[in-house]
Amino acid sequence: MELSRLTQVSDYAWRIEPEGAMRVPGLIYGDQDLLEEMDDKVYEQVRNVACLPGIVGASLAMPDAHWGYGFPIGGVAAFDAEAGGVISAGGVGFDISCGVRTYLTGLSSEAVKSKQQLLADRLFAEIPAGLGSTGRIRLDEASMTAMLAGGAAWAVGEGYGREVELQRIEEQGLMRGADPQAVSQKARRRQRDEMGTLGSGNHYLEVQGVAEIYDDEVARGFGLRLGDAVVTIHCGSRGLGHQIGTEFLRDMALADAELGLALPDRELACAPVNSPLGQRYLGAMRAGINCALANRQIIGHLTQQVISGLFPQAEPALLFDVSHNTCKVEVHELEGRQRELYVHRKGATRAFGPGHPDLPESLRPLGQPVLVGGSMGTESHILVGAPERQARALGSACHGAGRRMSRHRAAKLWRGRQVIDELAGRGILVRSPSHRGVAEEAPGAYKDVAAIVIAAERAGLARRVARLLPLVCVKG
Amino acid sequence: MTDSWEHFAHDADIGVRGFGATMAEAFENAAVALTAVVTEPASVAPEVAVELACAAPDRELLLAEWLNALVYEMATRRMLFRRFRVQLGVDSLRATAWGESLDVARHQPAAEVKGATLTALSVGQLAGGRWCAQCVVDV
Repeated sequence: MELSRLTQVSDYAWRIEPEGAMRVPGLIYGDQDLLEEMDDKVYEQVRNVACLPGIVGASLAMPDAHWGYGFPIGGVAAFDAEAGGVISAGGVGFDISCGVRTYLTGLSSEAVKSKQQLLADRLFAEIPAGLGSTGRIRLDEASMTAMLAGGAAWAVGEGYGREVELQRIEEQGLMRGADPQAVSQKARRRQRDEMGTLGSGNHYLEVQGVAEIYDDEVARGFGLRLGDAVVTIHCGSRGLGHQIGTEFLRDMALADAELGLALPDRELACAPVNSPLGQRYLGAMRAGINCALANRQIIGHLTQQVISGLFPQAEPALLFDVSHNTCKVEVHELEGRQRELYVHRKGATRAFGPGHPDLPESLRPLGQPVLVGGSMGTESHILVGAPERQARALGSACHGAGRRMSRHRAAKLWRGRQVIDELAGRGILVRSPSHRGVAEEAPGAYKDVAAIVIAAERAGLARRVARLLPLVCVKG
Repeated sequence: MTDSWEHFAHDADIGVRGFGATMAEAFENAAVALTAVVTEPASVAPEVAVELACAAPDRELLLAEWLNALVYEMATRRMLFRRFRVQLGVDSLRATAWGESLDVARHQPAAEVKGATLTALSVGQLAGGRWCAQCVVDV
C-alpha cells in the first residue's frame, strides 16, 4: 500500500482523509511494515465502505486486513439505522459467523505428546473435514428450524456439550432475533447433512500447547498455564450460511439497482436496516449465526469425547467462542453520546474490555478472550480486550494472520506432502483429506501473526495473554 | 466447447475467468475454472448430466447466478463437473453440466467454493471480439 496517501495518526494508526463520496474517514491499524505489505485494494475497499449510507465514526481496518470482496477482510464498520444506515450481506460475507472457539483440556502438552499420533488419527476420524464430508446428524424441517432459532443452546439440548459452556459463547450461545422462516429451502437443503462438519479452506481444528504467557494475571483468570494443552476450532455456518449470503447478496444488488444507489463495488450490496429486505436479511443472518454456534458446539463436543476417551484425566472446559463474520447491534459511545449501531465485522473479532456488560460474570473483571489464529505451522495467540480505546475501534481487534499470497501462488510454491513431512519433523502432525488443500494453506502463505498481534496490542485494540504452538492440526 | 480459462490472484480467495468465441462459451469456461478451484478438471469424468436454469436482469449477475447454481449442485449432489453446455436466453440461461460423484481420494478436493462474489465481476468482449467472463469466488 502506498503510504503517502495516508495521514499517520500514531505509530499504529493511519487515517484516510474523507474525499469524494466518502462520508467518514478511513482508519487502518498496524505498523508501517504491515501497511506497506497490505495490498492497495485494502485502501480502495476501506474507502468504498466509507461511502455507504449511514456509516458513522470511521471505516476501520484491523492490522491483519487484506483484500476481501466488498469490505476488506479485517474490516469493521458501524451504521446508524435511524440515520438511514444499511446492513450489507457482502459486509458480513458468505461464511456467516465463521469463528473460533478454544477449549482448555486440563492436560499438559507433554501428556498430549505421549499419544500425539493416536490423538491426531482419532480427531481426523471423528471430526468430518473437507469438501463433501457429512456429519452424523440429519436435520428434518422441524429440527432445522429449532436449530436456527436456538444456536448452541439447541445443540446442548440435543446432548452436545454442557449448559455451563453457553455462557462462554458470544450471545450466550443463542443469537436472539433470528428468523428461521427467512432462511430459504435451498439454504436448509445445503445444511441438511452438514451439521458438525469443519469445512475446508482455512478452517481447522488444532491441539495447541501454551508456549508463552504475556500476562500472568489474565492468563490465570482464563485458566491458561505455561505448558498446558488447549484445543481450538475454526469454522462457520457451512452451506446454510453460504447460501444465505449468496441469495441476499443478489437480492440486495438487485434492490440497489432499482433504488439507483450508486455503489463503488457491487459486492457492497446493502439494504437500509429499516427496510423489509434489511429486516429479512437480519433475521436470516442471525439464524446463520445460530447455525455456526450450533456447528461449533457439536464439533466441540465430539472433540471433547475424543480427548476424554484417550485421556481419562482430561477436564475439558470452554474458554470462549468468538465469531468474526457478523453484523451485531451494539451500543457504542460516539461523539459524546451512546448510540445503538449495526456493527459489521468482516474478518474481525469483538474485543470487549473489562467491565463490559455483555461479558459473562466470570470474565467481566478480565475482559473478553480474543482468539487469533495463525497458520498450522506457526503460532496462534490469545489476547484480551482492552478498555481504553474501545470507542475508537468499536471494541474490535484482528482475527488471524491474513494471507501473504494467493492460493494459486501457494499451490505453485509448495507440495502438500512436503508441507506435512516438514511439519511432522517439527513435531506438528497434520491430518487432511487433501494434499493440494494443505499446499494452499502452507504456513509460508500467511503473514507473521506475531507482528499482527503486537500491532493490535500497541494500537490499544487488545492485549496479548498467551502464545500457542500447534501440536496436531486437522485441516479441511 | 474448448478449454480456455484461468485463475487470477486474490489475497484471500481466488478469481475465475473463462474465455470464448461467444458469451455462452465464456460462461462454460468460467465454470471449468470454478471446478479447477476444487480439483484438476481432467480428473473428473463427465458421466452424469445435470440440467440447470437461472435468470438475472444483467449479464454480470447472470454469471454470478450461473456459478452459484453450480456451487449449489456441487454441494447438494456431492458432485464435481467437468463439461458444460450453456444456452443463453434473454436475461436467463439453460445449461447442462456433466460430471461425477466426488471421490475424495482421487479428486483431492483442495477447497470448497462457498459462493461467487460480485467482486471483479465482469462479462464483456475483449479487443478482437473474444468474450471474457470473470469474478472472484469465496473459498
